[in-house]
Amino acid sequence: MEKKTEQWSDKKIQRRTFFSFAGFLLASVGGWFSWKWFSGLPPTNNRLPELTRDVLSFNERIKDKFFSHKHLAKTYPKARAARKPRLNGFIGIKDDIDTEKWRLEVVSPTGKPSIYFQLKDIQALPKEEIIFDFKCIEGWDQIVHYSGIKFSDFLNKYKLGKKEGTNEWYKYVGLETPDAKYYVGLDIESVLHPQTLLCFEVNNQPLPKLHGAPLRLIIPVKYGVKNLKRIGKMYFSDTPPRDYWHEYGYDYDVTL
Amino acid sequence: MKEIEKKHPLAIRWFHWINFPILLIMIWSGMLIYWANSVYKIQLGDWVLFKFFPPGFYKALKVPYRLAEGMATHFVFMWIFFLNGFLYVLYTLISGEWRYLIPNKHSFKEAWQVLLHDLYISKYHPPVKKYNGAQQIAYTAIIIMGFGSIITGIAIYKPVQAYWLTWLLGGYGFARFLHFILTIGYVLFFLVHIIQVIRAGWKNFQSMITGFEVKKTVETPKPEKEPTPVIEP
Repeated sequence: MEKKTEQWSDKKIQRRTFFSFAGFLLASVGGWFSWKWFSGLPPTNNRLPELTRDVLSFNERIKDKFFSHKHLAKTYPKARAARKPRLNGFIGIKDDIDTEKWRLEVVSPTGKPSIYFQLKDIQALPKEEIIFDFKCIEGWDQIVHYSGIKFSDFLNKYKLGKKEGTNEWYKYVGLETPDAKYYVGLDIESVLHPQTLLCFEVNNQPLPKLHGAPLRLIIPVKYGVKNLKRIGKMYFSDTPPRDYWHEYGYDYDVTL
Repeated sequence: MKEIEKKHPLAIRWFHWINFPILLIMIWSGMLIYWANSVYKIQLGDWVLFKFFPPGFYKALKVPYRLAEGMATHFVFMWIFFLNGFLYVLYTLISGEWRYLIPNKHSFKEAWQVLLHDLYISKYHPPVKKYNGAQQIAYTAIIIMGFGSIITGIAIYKPVQAYWLTWLLGGYGFARFLHFILTIGYVLFFLVHIIQVIRAGWKNFQSMITGFEVKKTVETPKPEKEPTPVIEP
């Protein structure tokens, strides 16, 4: 390939070199201060600056365009499931629990008295099993085997989560442990996903305490942090419910 | 007058110098994320040769316990990384610059000759031109790697929505590994790149800022002297 050569006067060379280096220096300084400005933005009460949250919300809106209940987490044969699923995260489940006395409280969005469900009310619905690759926000993953009922079946059967007298869902579902020490917020589309389950068994055995007895959430379209153990309370809202790890600077959505 | 060679168009210089700090931020924030599950190592049997990364390395760079910050930063700057790379590729295609960059059938032989020369094994160096075979291969490979980082990134960012992509890349765990290996690739590229830039000298480096390189002084033809009058007064 031929070279592009030209003949320039010394003056032109000097001028071009000077302006190029001046521009380079200005851009470098500008870049440095842009980074200083960005990393120095004041954090909000959820530990990230407003701007960063805005970009994460933008990412979420793009995800919404692609999200579909037809996109399923890959499932595996039972033999692939871990015998002892990894334990991670004990906030909200440290106290002992009497599973006989346990009730799931569903708070009325319109201020009526809460409805309380026993485990047998939940187990009355068609049982579902899932063997999928559980993904932790830390970066590890493990194939696990859980059983329970579809979250959507629960809401439909007991007519929960829709605005009174309409066919319209509340935009979010909030879940909390009985001691309210751990809590998550979930968008309704992920809650209604066919693989989102309220589980009471792991590897076909009743849930042990540290796996979230008596009832836990399994939501394969989200990172592990959203898979709340030992559900105590459920509520509905059009604004994002409080979320434990969101308050520590994690993305609210974390859809996979 | 001097003869200059026009080397790098302004657009390419901008893309190059924007990419440098952005890639640095992506690697750094990626490390904050990787730390939370830093499982990769080079191992022969039971003998661990190298662990990515040693605790002292993390401590020196203040990496530990910054996963949330790392993820947020990664998912903001990924847009700039992507856009800059996308515009670069678009520019090379439209401007025809790609002709200098894409390896041809001679590139591999030439790259081998350059390698032998630069390792002081051979004295022969192929004729100097804008990009030699080794450069063509390296600069094309780095673009393919960038594309690889984007697709493996999507595969681990949205493994359920982009399930087919994750599957194509060998599953969630393997896609994460590829994403990591590509990053190691950038670091190695960077090291070799710096060494080669130093070896090539200041004039070459300067051309990445000014766009041109001064080649040689051209004798300016002197205006002919007026002949002295021969007529006697």
